[in-house]
Amino acid sequence: MKPIRFFKPVIFLACLAPLAALAWKAYSGNLGANPIEVITHATGDWTIRFLLITLSVTPLRKLTRQPWLIRFRRMFGLFAFFYGVLHFLTYIWLDKFFNFHEMLTDIAKRRFITVGFTGFLLLIPLALTSTAGWIRRLGGKRWQMLHRLIYFSAIAGVIHYLWLVKADIRKPLQYAAILALLLGYRIFVWLQSRFKSKKPSPLSRPTIEVSEG
Amino acid sequence: MLIKKPADIPPSDITSKDLYLNRRKFLAGAAIAGTAAATGIGLRELAFPSSLVEANAKIDGIQKSSFNTTEKITPLKDVSNYNNYYEFSTDKYGPAGLAKDFKTRPWTVKIDGLVKKKQELDVETIIKMAAPEERIYRHRCVEGWSIVVPWVGFSLSELIKKADPLGQAKFVEFTTIYDPRQMPGQKLPVLDWPYVEGLRMDEAMHPLCLLCFGMYGEVLPNQDGAPLRIVVPWKYGFKSAKAIVKISFAEKQPVNTWNKAAPNEYGFYSNVNPTVDHPRWSQAKERRLGEFFKRPTLMFNGYDQVASLYNGMDLRKNF
Repeated sequence: MKPIRFFKPVIFLACLAPLAALAWKAYSGNLGANPIEVITHATGDWTIRFLLITLSVTPLRKLTRQPWLIRFRRMFGLFAFFYGVLHFLTYIWLDKFFNFHEMLTDIAKRRFITVGFTGFLLLIPLALTSTAGWIRRLGGKRWQMLHRLIYFSAIAGVIHYLWLVKADIRKPLQYAAILALLLGYRIFVWLQSRFKSKKPSPLSRPTIEVSEG
Repeated sequence: MLIKKPADIPPSDITSKDLYLNRRKFLAGAAIAGTAAATGIGLRELAFPSSLVEANAKIDGIQKSSFNTTEKITPLKDVSNYNNYYEFSTDKYGPAGLAKDFKTRPWTVKIDGLVKKKQELDVETIIKMAAPEERIYRHRCVEGWSIVVPWVGFSLSELIKKADPLGQAKFVEFTTIYDPRQMPGQKLPVLDWPYVEGLRMDEAMHPLCLLCFGMYGEVLPNQDGAPLRIVVPWKYGFKSAKAIVKISFAEKQPVNTWNKAAPNEYGFYSNVNPTVDHPRWSQAKERRLGEFFKRPTLMFNGYDQVASLYNGMDLRKNF
């Protein structure tokens, strides 16, 4: 499809905009009084946002009947991983200065770091197996099963945010609400398909499940 | 020739009393705006003359203090733009803008509770109770960042002596103003407003405990707690209540706002202590604003002279 070939680089660049904005602020000395905190928050925010964007592709595609949207999903997922890596690097480099002992104590003792780190680890196999070759090697069904890990990664990300704020939980709750909607859609679709497969009604169209989450 | 008789002044032309009174403010604002323009202050600041009337005014006769640290002072720009002041916003970069028009005059402080004479004092009266001193203190936030600030004020003990508390008064409680129209953060139930903090009497009487109305030689900016706050340098920042309207003396330990919000995370004492972690993060190190590497946090934030206040107390339990 022609528009996709045009849109892909545009969306790719748009996905880099948050990083560009951060870099520009750093270059022009506008990262405020506590630059490392700003970088940590921005990269963390965008990890969660890209996870939510990735998870919204399938519902959006089905509800609007625009199947071509699926072709952006991998890119969004990889950007979630990309910002997650930046967030993690900020933590081990700028916050812990590669003091791995301190880092391990943190991961073991601080539940918000435990859950955030878990969410990040879950993304690694997904990023590694994101290529067409890996879909072939694993087979559609198994690949799809593996990639459902993104649900748990996103849940972990939102809990990580919810557990780290001091008192104002408005923003993490907004993310939680969006995530609940996106996962709720999948539960609804799953329940519907189960119901249909038990009592096939003559009116229902046969559903062709393509391998995707 | 018809000479038109001048009509009576139409009512709409009569200056209202409010407007008349504001005229002075406007003139003062204009005068300051003029000097500001001459000294090269940006247009954005000129757009808010009302706040300029109070802010940035020099405090005269500031005396040196023996409590000063010689560490590098954090730039004013950082101290006045990075504020944990939830009454205005939970975003640290929010209060600087949102507090611009906050009214700090007229302002009175109620002296309440177990005192010989309950009274309401004008802030100007309080400020004149003792000579202003510059106190260059380390300030450590519970979140793990720190700053060095040249505060202006005098020991809180000066006020307490004049307030004349009764013998059974064991604690002092500070209440921040509650005014959601001026403080948008108070419209949200993030904390149980108004903000309340407290100190044990001996802590409040310690000469390090500062009653503060200025910083960097000038009147305290609104976002830093104007017109009157306390500064308790050996405790985490949230113990230092801002924009105080009531100082009350009590026999029982007050319940401070953060303690009420999360009792297992924020204690009443909240002394800076690198060996007692916040349940969600370590307190062993801190990031001094403007520095890249973290530095170790010091016991009592380096103010060892207060250690004797806590002799025989388990600071792990009384965190």
